[in-house]
Amino acid sequence: MSFSAAQIRKDFPIFERTVCEGKRLVYLDNGATSQKPLSVIESESDFYRLHNAAVHRGAHQLAEEATDAYEGAREIVAAFLGAPGGADEIIFTKSATESLNLLAYAMGNAPVGNRFAVGAGDRIVVTEMEHHANLIPWQQLTARTGAELAWFKVTAESRLDLSTINDVITANTKIVSVTHQSNVLGTINPLAAIVARAHEVGAVVILDACQSVPHMSIDIKALGVDFLAFSGHKALGPTGIGVLWGHMDLLNELPPFLFGGSMIENVTMTTATWAPVPQKFEAGVPNMAQAVGLGAALNYLTNLGMDNVHAYEVALTGYLLEKMHAVPDLRIVGPANTQSRGGTLSFTIKGIHPHDIGQYLDSQGVAVRTGHHCAWPLARALSIPASTRASLYLYNDESDCDALVDAILGAQKYFGRF
Amino acid sequence: MELDSLYQEVILDHYKHPQHKGLSPTFSAQVTHVNTSCGDEIILNINLDNELISELTWEGQGCSISQASVSMMTDLLTGKTLKQAAVIVKSFSELMASKGTSAGDPLVLEDAVVFAGVSKFPGRVKCSLLGWMAFKDAAIQAQANNRGER
Ligand SMILES: Cc1ncc(COP(=O)(O)O)c(C=O)c1O
Repeated sequence: MSFSAAQIRKDFPIFERTVCEGKRLVYLDNGATSQKPLSVIESESDFYRLHNAAVHRGAHQLAEEATDAYEGAREIVAAFLGAPGGADEIIFTKSATESLNLLAYAMGNAPVGNRFAVGAGDRIVVTEMEHHANLIPWQQLTARTGAELAWFKVTAESRLDLSTINDVITANTKIVSVTHQSNVLGTINPLAAIVARAHEVGAVVILDACQSVPHMSIDIKALGVDFLAFSGHKALGPTGIGVLWGHMDLLNELPPFLFGGSMIENVTMTTATWAPVPQKFEAGVPNMAQAVGLGAALNYLTNLGMDNVHAYEVALTGYLLEKMHAVPDLRIVGPANTQSRGGTLSFTIKGIHPHDIGQYLDSQGVAVRTGHHCAWPLARALSIPASTRASLYLYNDESDCDALVDAILGAQKYFGRF
Repeated sequence: MELDSLYQEVILDHYKHPQHKGLSPTFSAQVTHVNTSCGDEIILNINLDNELISELTWEGQGCSISQASVSMMTDLLTGKTLKQAAVIVKSFSELMASKGTSAGDPLVLEDAVVFAGVSKFPGRVKCSLLGWMAFKDAAIQAQANNRGER
């Protein structure tokens, strides 16, 4: 089957509408969130229409159906990621942000003697290109425990500087938490060296896969990481549903983070014991319809084939990069070619602030994001106060790239007239 | 084009030729305000001579709207008393909250009435208020500092 973005777009009801007085919607803000195919919208609403009940609780048919649908989604996620221990290793959260906070808080709860206990003398490693969601939880954990935060710097070529890897991941490092693909630069990070060094010193590796899971095939075994987090809404799924995957032996040792219903085994007035993983980490009635919708989203992607999606996006990124290189006074903030890079293209234009670019693009029906993209320290490191970001997905095509570049040229003309 | 009501000539003119930019060496108070959603940043110095705003200077980075707004504000408020300034700030804040329904009072706001067009763009209201919020903060701090000195 050949890959046709035009055909795919027909599955997404939002592309039937226009913006800015009849203009075609050119949606290039996929790094923030993706649009949803009809199958996802329908599976979420069908859950409410037909099967709605609290999972794992009711003694009735609806509760059983709801539980089957919810647990079925867990199976789909496990298969999508290639979770070595199967569906029980998949924990549903509300978002990647919650998944990463869950880890940071749970590790903060670990008693002395537990492998996750961190304190003075321990080190936690991140990178300079992290989204705030994978930086601040670790900043806060170090502040609470007296551990030290260290990070990989970003080179002028927008790559992680691994030249000092042994000085960054030191013998006392307990946690290494890195992004798979930068949500600003598009850089895909080389994990093998980081994973090898982290495991050599006995640290666990956490992967923020928010910007990779939607765009490439993921095989957890091949990646070699210990935990992985992503958000459903960037992968064609609903908002309000995220995933945390971890190796079963690690999840067994990790203390819970949220306490309440559904996560317990036995409770007295003064004590409680925990249900097995994954229930141990899913306190309360979860976001059920959203989990089911995520299952539908991943099925949609699997039907297309993640290798096809990735190959298509890389080719499209190459097309857009080439067009952008030809625009005068435009500087790409990220790798200049498609090598180890995804379809997130940030840029600056000499003399025009990103917010003004974004406003002009919007008037032409082109939706992008401007600002520091929740990665303020990266913007500081690059000495650019803000940038404009176009992020591609499977329903975008060359005409969208052309519309973006035409609008950039239009903005230069518009703001150049004064 | 709708966009022209946002990017009025006066605004882009202030953006290209900002007034009172460059920080004074001394000040009654200095504040830094940041728009956390986009990273726009301004540092504002205020010099108070009793009740009189004798000098306002600034330094900053940001979009045309935020920078033009600070530039126009410093033009407008320099030489005014704190009381007069409070009236102008209130009038500007009301204009920015008007969602395009108010034309602004030219007797109070002078050139700054062009920001009426900006009030139609909810995403940009914060940009235009950045400098003004900094001024409010600076005025309070300057009064406290001056009281402390005496
Ligand atoms: C790399 C990366 N990490 C984490 C997040 C946080 O995702 P969410 O806001 O869905 O929790 C995002 C998305 O904004 C992201 O791009």
